[in-house]
Amino acid sequence: MNGRLPIAKMLAATVALTAAISAVMLSINWNGQQASTAAPKIDDLLNIMIVLSSFVFALVMVMLFYALWKYKAKPGDESDGEPIHGNTRLEVAWTLIPTIIVLFAAGYSWVVLDEIESKDANPLTVDVFSQQFAWSFGYPGKGNVWSQGELHVPLGRQVQFKMHSQDVIHSFWVPEWRIKKDNVPGITTTAIVTPDRAGTYQLICTELCGFGHAAMRAKVVVEPPAQFRKWVAGVKEKVPPPYMESIRQDTETNPVQPVGAGGA
Amino acid sequence: MVAAIKRPGWIRGALGLVAAAAFGFGLVVVLRAISGLPAFQTEQTGYPQVVVPLITGPLGFLAGFGCFDYWLRWAAGMPTIPEDHSQHGARSWRDYLRFNTDHKVIGIQYICTNFFFFFVSGLMAMLIRAELAQPGTQVVDAATFNGLFSAHAAIMIFVFIVPVFAGIANYVLPLMIGAPDMAFPRLNALSFWMLPIAGLLFVGSFLAPGGAFDAGWTGYAPLSTGAPLGQSFFNLGVQFAGASSIATALNFLVTIITMRSPGMTFWRMPLLVWANLSTSLLVVAATPFIAGAQFMVLLDRVLSTQFFQFAGGGDVISYQHIFWFYSHPAVYIMMLPGFGIISEVISTHARKPIFGYRLMALALIGIVVLSYSVWAHHMFVAGMFSWLRVPMMITTLLIAVPTGIKIFSWLGTLYFGKIHTYSTAMLFALAFIVTFTVGGISGVMLGMVPLDIHVSDTYFIVAHIHFVLFGGSVFTIFAGIYHWFPKMTGRMYDEKLGRVHFWGTVVGTWGTFLPMHWVGMDGMPRRVADYAAQFGDWNLLISVFAFILGAVQLVFLYNMVVSWRFGPRAEANPWRANSIEWQVSSPPPIFNFDEIPRVVGGPYEFGVPGARHAIMAGEGAEVPQPEPTVAGTP
Repeated sequence: MNGRLPIAKMLAATVALTAAISAVMLSINWNGQQASTAAPKIDDLLNIMIVLSSFVFALVMVMLFYALWKYKAKPGDESDGEPIHGNTRLEVAWTLIPTIIVLFAAGYSWVVLDEIESKDANPLTVDVFSQQFAWSFGYPGKGNVWSQGELHVPLGRQVQFKMHSQDVIHSFWVPEWRIKKDNVPGITTTAIVTPDRAGTYQLICTELCGFGHAAMRAKVVVEPPAQFRKWVAGVKEKVPPPYMESIRQDTETNPVQPVGAGGA
Repeated sequence: MVAAIKRPGWIRGALGLVAAAAFGFGLVVVLRAISGLPAFQTEQTGYPQVVVPLITGPLGFLAGFGCFDYWLRWAAGMPTIPEDHSQHGARSWRDYLRFNTDHKVIGIQYICTNFFFFFVSGLMAMLIRAELAQPGTQVVDAATFNGLFSAHAAIMIFVFIVPVFAGIANYVLPLMIGAPDMAFPRLNALSFWMLPIAGLLFVGSFLAPGGAFDAGWTGYAPLSTGAPLGQSFFNLGVQFAGASSIATALNFLVTIITMRSPGMTFWRMPLLVWANLSTSLLVVAATPFIAGAQFMVLLDRVLSTQFFQFAGGGDVISYQHIFWFYSHPAVYIMMLPGFGIISEVISTHARKPIFGYRLMALALIGIVVLSYSVWAHHMFVAGMFSWLRVPMMITTLLIAVPTGIKIFSWLGTLYFGKIHTYSTAMLFALAFIVTFTVGGISGVMLGMVPLDIHVSDTYFIVAHIHFVLFGGSVFTIFAGIYHWFPKMTGRMYDEKLGRVHFWGTVVGTWGTFLPMHWVGMDGMPRRVADYAAQFGDWNLLISVFAFILGAVQLVFLYNMVVSWRFGPRAEANPWRANSIEWQVSSPPPIFNFDEIPRVVGGPYEFGVPGARHAIMAGEGAEVPQPEPTVAGTP
């Protein structure tokens, strides 16, 4: 029965539609500005997925609309279609090909995940404290000083965030960095990021944390290392004792490490 | 008067409700007095004087209403009332408003109740979109907003999508397999009557001090364990909806396995039956987990059990593991029955056998098995052990394979067919394929850890779940309602209004949920009452389409109500379908069949000369006897 279908034409239409959809989709800057070394890697993965997804969507559209155009019943036609119950080769094909596509997507994701989470020898550690509905940040390497509502990090150096929540779950997200991690009461969660673009960004809480959730934002300043050192030196306020306590008490169940290296 | 009080029904139900609630209230007050505590406790997580009556009251109502009468008499050794079928079937509209054991009545009870809550929850969605049309606060404050989206989701999931599929299957499935009723008709009625209780608890939480539950439908601890009283309403509502769901699933399993008519082997079951078999397997094994999780939250709140309190030695993240161990399979509980509906509609209206029937059935089973191994993909950024992410990513992406098989097989079914698109059911089925494909694609993207890190908890998620739950599940529900409307009511609906509803819904769905993908990727988190001004124009556009989507549902409501009352009479088989429910009158007789039909072939043998699916009573002479297979052996 395959011989009775214009397979070549349908494939050509699928390829053309894939190209058209991909062209439009790839021209859009979906994720916004890139400001970390992880961002281009994640965006590349997204672009590859856009092309693959466009192909799948185009294939479904071509198959659907060709069938609707070709096999639509004439008015008054009460006869049945042809009694075709299946086609083993076709069924095997549409089982195996998607399997290969998703395994490729999984493998590629794994590689990207390892890359964006690979740790430098000497990252700067910054503590993140979240509570309803405010962010504050500790710089223990710089004499336990802290800043409220404003995070400063140096440009070009890997930063390791150690996150502590004082009450409910919050989530740390800087869209331009493409990094997100929940702050969980009782445990220390970790995220790493290497900012590679100076500027001012916004830190957004993305885990529902109460009536003030929408307003739980903080300013993020990425600046050259010298400027950063000057800023930290100017900060005089110490991390208050309850917050130091949460650093000591929280168990670090989940240090960032390559996948496969085991848990805590 | 005394007779009215003794007879099961609304009066005895109301008395039971009041008496049991008063008993629960008194119990709390007395026990507290004995313990030397003040009679009332009004800390926001406590309120035992409200929580305990909320448990006992509904049970008292169910008992008074007559849900347990037969069993209690039997258990107490009293003479049981001989079954005179007075509780079976509908002879007037009043029979829909009482304890009724007829699966067809229960099916209608389900569907009407579920759609009532669909419109209540839809109204909440309209309020949500009204607030989000502009940045800043205009319509509701942030606390109310949190309550609105939490209740919107909880009601849509627990008292609309999950049970409405059970309602449709309740009506159609026993007819389809040639059974006179469900296996346990009294349990079936009890399952239904627990549902309005769940719905009323969700809606009633708005009256609680501190407002409705506002920790999202996911109710993550410790936000939920410290939330005001409304959260307890949610915890308890889930218990009633969950118990209803589990009892119904057991009922379906026993019905499908033991009550198929002679000749109905597993490989001759319509795919809707396969779909409900798979769904019931998921419900029976997974739903106890959410019931348990909500009980643990309730105990943390009321009895300070510290399951999820880190300060008391509890584990915060374990809530999410238990919750998603149910709630990811729940996604398939909300999708597989729809797959079944689409298979019936497409095969019938394309006049073609389902392409690759056996692989279609096996794909359902494959989804059931895989869906238990993917829950942690909701937790890639939650701070769980990081090594769990990659295995869960691989299993998550692999679910796309059986799902893809279904999409391609539906498309294959169209080829060399005679496609009729006059029915609104078929239009929704075809649109479902397109919309659900988009939802599936965004699902694959969300399954990939690096992309998920960026987009999780943003509007991208909101877009994805509405593409799969509205563009997926709800489209299949509409397809199912339109498809079986003639069978259920004995009337035809208006196809012109059906088309208005269809096109409005398609345009509304895409206009509302497509831009949400981009808004999320660009930096707008979900569950926020306010957002950065840069997203203002997009949100206004989304809100306008959402209002179109909401308004056009009124056309559906009008069409259903008016057609049910005044529509032209429906024939037994207006779509010329093969399966057994279409071979009986519309609506079917009270006991379904005069004589149990015999099944002699597959359900989708369109175009096969001389093929028959079933032989009905009084027409056996001219058709050969079925081969002597025992029902139950494949």
